[in-house]
Amino acid sequence: MADREHSTKPGKPILQLRDLRKSFGDLEVLKGVSLDVHEGEVIAIVGVSGSGKSTLLRCVNLLEVPSGGSMVFDGKPVPYEQARGGLFSSGRALSDMRSEIGMVFQQFNLWPHKTVLENVIEAPMTVKGLSRTEATAHAQELLESIGLLEKRNEHPVRLSGGQQQRVAIVRALAMRPKLMLFDEATSSLDPELVGEVLELMARLARGGMTMMVVTHEIQFARQVSDRTIFIDGGLIEEQGPSREVLSNPKSERTKRFLDRVLHVEIAE
Amino acid sequence: MSAETSGVATYSGMYGAIDGWWNQIEAYLPLFGPAAWIVVQVTILSILLSWACGLICALAKTSGYKIFQYPAEFYLWFIRGTPLLTQIFLVYFGLPQLGIRLDPFSAGVIALGVNGGAYVAEIIRGGLLSIPKGQRESSVALGMTYWQTMRRIILPQVVRVIIPPMTNDAATTLKNTSLLSTITIMELMLQTQIIVNSTFQPFEFYILVSMIYLAMTTVLMVGMRWAERRHAIAY
Repeated sequence: MADREHSTKPGKPILQLRDLRKSFGDLEVLKGVSLDVHEGEVIAIVGVSGSGKSTLLRCVNLLEVPSGGSMVFDGKPVPYEQARGGLFSSGRALSDMRSEIGMVFQQFNLWPHKTVLENVIEAPMTVKGLSRTEATAHAQELLESIGLLEKRNEHPVRLSGGQQQRVAIVRALAMRPKLMLFDEATSSLDPELVGEVLELMARLARGGMTMMVVTHEIQFARQVSDRTIFIDGGLIEEQGPSREVLSNPKSERTKRFLDRVLHVEIAE
Repeated sequence: MSAETSGVATYSGMYGAIDGWWNQIEAYLPLFGPAAWIVVQVTILSILLSWACGLICALAKTSGYKIFQYPAEFYLWFIRGTPLLTQIFLVYFGLPQLGIRLDPFSAGVIALGVNGGAYVAEIIRGGLLSIPKGQRESSVALGMTYWQTMRRIILPQVVRVIIPPMTNDAATTLKNTSLLSTITIMELMLQTQIIVNSTFQPFEFYILVSMIYLAMTTVLMVGMRWAERRHAIAY
């Protein structure tokens, strides 16, 4: 396992994973992942389906509870055992940590019964206790920045997939997170809508947001991310500066994966 | 000519019969007002109780905790596996033996409410299961707690899908109040039985009371359509 640090931005580490493991029954999906994420760093996580890359991301904000290993977020050890209980386990410490980590899902997961604006102000109000006025002001600023302010009173169903995903990103940003997780954020979008979402993600990256991005968009990983991690069989197979890993991979498996992905891209 | 005459005679005879029928019913009509009002009261209170029981039971069943799931399972098993009339008798005639003495009205509301709760629980549980997992995940990922997620995100969406089955259930509760005639609550059925015993006109009065029940269930159904439309506007 090659776990050397290849960070190109030497900020302070915001997230430190050590020997992180996750099993579903007898199936061990993560077999010991160690990783430091530094402030301002953009990490692309690539790998074949079922390699454990989404599970890794979901473990970071405890949507999946790790089976072993340790996690330190923003200098504080994460008491992930508390999340074992399922529904009733969302204790204060876990909620506080989650509120500082934004997550963007493949299926957007906007709340259909709320308007765009209500989607964005909900968590700042209920979790952070902001007043409606404060939350709305910030939300409108964010919606303005993605050009969707005039949609604020629409329900998500009236929006295109790309617009929905951008609202979902803004909903996460409204919590002023220290780390943003993107779980295949463009995979369920029509091809012509992928660009607007990637563009927003690139803008966030340029703005200094710390990001972990699980993606199939190799081009995006190459251009936007500082570091690329190739996960295979629940382990980090290779990692390093994105241009290096994605252009001159050292591992055979990484090479084969990239060949396949890039070949498909050319064939399309 | 003779046919015409006999036709007129038949008509006036029938008119006389209807006229007399109505006069007799009219004399008893005032008695149905208070009886219907009792039905409305029992129904509303029972429905509210059944929602409370049903919500608690549904959350317990979906909690993932055996300590909550087992009692919920037992409740559903017992209530759905025994006749409502038995449950009513158990509450009204049985509980006093344990020192719990209830007036007929309270006993009726409790029996109907607890009974309805078992059916409401399954409706709500179905509603909870119909909401995609991602809805909860996105809420929890933003730092919302279980209760915040339920109250703000999940249950409002559940309400929309369960309006039709919940209305059917409310109509059932309304009709089931007729069983409370057996524990001396002066609701529509008992009132009707008493009138029939003195008038010997079961057909007329049971038709009449059917119409009253129909009017009430119809109001419920219209209310449901309205509520459904109101919730459908947004999304």
